Amino acid sequence: MSELIFDQSRSGRYAKAQAPKKSVKIDIPAHLLRKDKPFLPEVSELQAVRHYTRLSRKNFSIDTQFYPLGSCTMKYNPRGVHRLAMLEGFLLRHPLSLDVHSQGYMACAYELQEILKAVTGMRGASLTPMAGAQGEFAGVAMIRAYHQSRNDVARTEMLVPDAAHGTNPATAAQCGYTVREIPTDSDGNVNIESLRAAVGPQTAGIMLTNPSTLGVFEQKIEEIAAIMHKAGGLLYYDGANLNAILGKVRPGDMGFDVMHINLHKTFATPHGGGGPGGGPVAVSERLVPFLPTPMVIKSGDTYQWLTEKECPQTIGRLSAFMGNAGIILRAYMYARLLGQEGMIRVAEFATLNANYLLARLKAAGFTPAYAKRRASHEFIITLKKEAKELHITALDVAKRLLDYGFHAPTMYFPLLVPECLLIEPTETEAKEVLDAFVDAMIKIIEEAKTDPALLQEAPYNLPVRRLDEVRAARELDLVYRSDEK
Amino acid sequence: MPFIPHTEHDVKEMLATIGVAKLENLFDEIPDSLRVKNLPAIPASLTEMELARLMRQRAALDSGMLCFMGAGAYEHHIPAAVWDIASRGEFLTAYTPYQAEASQGTLQLLYEYQTMMASLMGLDVSNASLYEGGSAAAEAILMAARSHRKHKTYRVLIPRALHPYYRDVIKTIVGQQDIIQLIEVPFDAATGQTQLSAMEKDLHDEVTAVVIPQPNFFGVLEDADAMTDWAHAHGAIAIGVVNPMAMALLKPPGQWGKKGADIACGEGQPLGVPLASGGPYYGFLCCKRDFVRQLPGRIVGRTVDKEGKQGFVLTLQAREQHIRRAKATSNICTNQGLLVTASTIYMSLLGPEGLRQVAEACYLNAQYLKKKLEILHGVEVVFHSPCFHEIVVRLSKPVDKILRLLANDKIQAGFNLAPIYPELGECLLICVTETKTEADIEWFVKCLAQVLAMNSSTIKNIECAK
Repeated sequence: MSELIFDQSRSGRYAKAQAPKKSVKIDIPAHLLRKDKPFLPEVSELQAVRHYTRLSRKNFSIDTQFYPLGSCTMKYNPRGVHRLAMLEGFLLRHPLSLDVHSQGYMACAYELQEILKAVTGMRGASLTPMAGAQGEFAGVAMIRAYHQSRNDVARTEMLVPDAAHGTNPATAAQCGYTVREIPTDSDGNVNIESLRAAVGPQTAGIMLTNPSTLGVFEQKIEEIAAIMHKAGGLLYYDGANLNAILGKVRPGDMGFDVMHINLHKTFATPHGGGGPGGGPVAVSERLVPFLPTPMVIKSGDTYQWLTEKECPQTIGRLSAFMGNAGIILRAYMYARLLGQEGMIRVAEFATLNANYLLARLKAAGFTPAYAKRRASHEFIITLKKEAKELHITALDVAKRLLDYGFHAPTMYFPLLVPECLLIEPTETEAKEVLDAFVDAMIKIIEEAKTDPALLQEAPYNLPVRRLDEVRAARELDLVYRSDEK
Repeated sequence: MPFIPHTEHDVKEMLATIGVAKLENLFDEIPDSLRVKNLPAIPASLTEMELARLMRQRAALDSGMLCFMGAGAYEHHIPAAVWDIASRGEFLTAYTPYQAEASQGTLQLLYEYQTMMASLMGLDVSNASLYEGGSAAAEAILMAARSHRKHKTYRVLIPRALHPYYRDVIKTIVGQQDIIQLIEVPFDAATGQTQLSAMEKDLHDEVTAVVIPQPNFFGVLEDADAMTDWAHAHGAIAIGVVNPMAMALLKPPGQWGKKGADIACGEGQPLGVPLASGGPYYGFLCCKRDFVRQLPGRIVGRTVDKEGKQGFVLTLQAREQHIRRAKATSNICTNQGLLVTASTIYMSLLGPEGLRQVAEACYLNAQYLKKKLEILHGVEVVFHSPCFHEIVVRLSKPVDKILRLLANDKIQAGFNLAPIYPELGECLLICVTETKTEADIEWFVKCLAQVLAMNSSTIKNIECAK
């Protein structure tokens, strides 16, 4: 049984080297003071260090495992970048420091804005959104502000393909739009006829991922852009799959008006067990006035902040300060390490790895969801056939992969492909790793043929066996109670 | 190429397996008209050694200040163990714990965090974090609106003494929904406390929620009991926006008034997260149990595996965007896992007693500074109320020039209030945490006295952009 930190508590114990010694009577009026002791652990420094070090070892991570999680771009996060972002000068800089004490940080932020403009083919960029979903929010809010600035207030509908990430419709709704789904045709492209039928004076825009979440490039993108622009709508580019085209095609050239970039995907910033992310937005000329603040401009040799004062039409602030500043710093450093030469190799090798993995899995008998299409940086296999013949599910295969030391691919997304695994190897994995993954997949199917229960019961080699999620949702246990011991 | 392991031999073999002649052919589905050949605006690549040299130079440009700036981001001592452990690859480079069995480290830690944060706030439950304080306040307001009876318009009272940037973020995020009306509540010029009673005469309709900061932006302690009771008496949901460090010392939201605040949120940065230019930080959000289904963001629950062994999973996912899509409680997807990791380790090291001692040291240092400033010529303490670790003073000389002059002494003297609060002309918000010694404080006061004593015309000629 894995102990909780609270199980080790003894009243009065704490890391004495870490707290100031002063203890004087506090003259704050009694009715404002806390009377009870908050239920925090009471442990020694060693106990805390040991407990959390041990917990860390119960995680899969990129540093320890291959992590082919589709649509998440789990590439190597350079250690040097993390170390340099933790330099004391960066860590101690207060976000409201005067410009004269911020030129180091501001130079990095400014240069990243320029780099992002260059790789996306856009005219303006703001780094403040703190994750992809907040970038989407900023983007859709800018679309709304743009229409409102033209007094074009009848546009109440946002178009979203049925294969889209869940954040797309959720964001559109959060910005007050009605969501209209556009179907995908059998090749994985947006159905053009449905799109034509859907657009009109009520259309505010469309949110697209390209390559799509189906792992294929939307070939008719120029036509889609023409249809949308003719109808007066704008195009939002979900940058979740930017890794597939970095240095090859630019969203700005495809006709997109606004996009976000997931720094924690394409620019290799660490995911940290679910965040922080980074979701800068980049826009075409017509949306520049609406970018979220603050931004950095260069005037002569010095850098200055752009705030609401200089940008009266901005959608405003998305965080108290400048978003996930440390992630911006890391992304900047990654871009400098790659440089021009490295940047255009990202998509090449991400695509090479994906197509190689797909070819090998196909040869081993797995079924690609879009057999006729070239894979982008990721691809989908469907286990529909295996589910029918061997009575196993994509979930079973995923859990068994964990036993073999591989993180599972994304499961059951996109929603329109049954029993699917969405696989994204990224460019930083070596061929031997991909081969070992294929071997494991082959072995798992062999196991399923002789003993399907083996998969259904998996995993076996992890800290816990398969967990009861239904019970977790039904009998909510979200905090440990102090009287539990 | 950096971080690409392929040898020429690998590439050849892999292309042969795929069945194409060259790498370029993998992009044959992309129309030629759209292709870019190179990216001239991107600088050439650097080695790690070259990058380190550049970054050290840049970090040095921003270094060496004695910081008396707070205003929502606070310098505290961070034990070495906090980031040593949080930087372990197993925490740093893991993804969102969708595969629970392969993520028990992160999931158990988040469960422990939820326990600690909920208790620190005196409330029943906590989510696994949001982006940061300002957007957490916006999410809390949206959550309150969802939880309230259906209305045509939801009216939310926001104190003018709430952090001005939080108010901006709330306006950006909540403002997208035309059905929520934000109403500003003034503060008392003598005490700096929010004057809810001033709202009484203009209130014709029901109030959905009342935001209660503790301490407020001026460092002033609000009468949170009275404000909470006022909110409940008006049928409104009470939302505390608090500094979590202060809650080791002050009465937490769940204990305010007769029934306790319903929701508490704020900025988690004071608990083990460095200033770092404003982020990444994390927002926390806690509530009474009745509100849990409207709570946005990730939530971890404890369950058992098939052998009955304790384990942890993401739960209540039916609220979230990847299931509910357009009907989700929020579009949020990411939490700030790494920062919560650091904060959980921080809270474990300090414990209830250590944390209270840090909070007390902050308070006592601020009191010490206040006493010194009260007797300083050209300085006037503006609000006469109990404070936590920030105070507002009015200076006899222009604040922007004084800030610039003290910067020459490597002192960051605080936040200039007048550009945001015109009624607080020449006022400065100063913060002192446990990181400052009496000698630091005395040095600050001495330098301030010196610049205030300078000739007015000399001061007037000081250049200060910002």
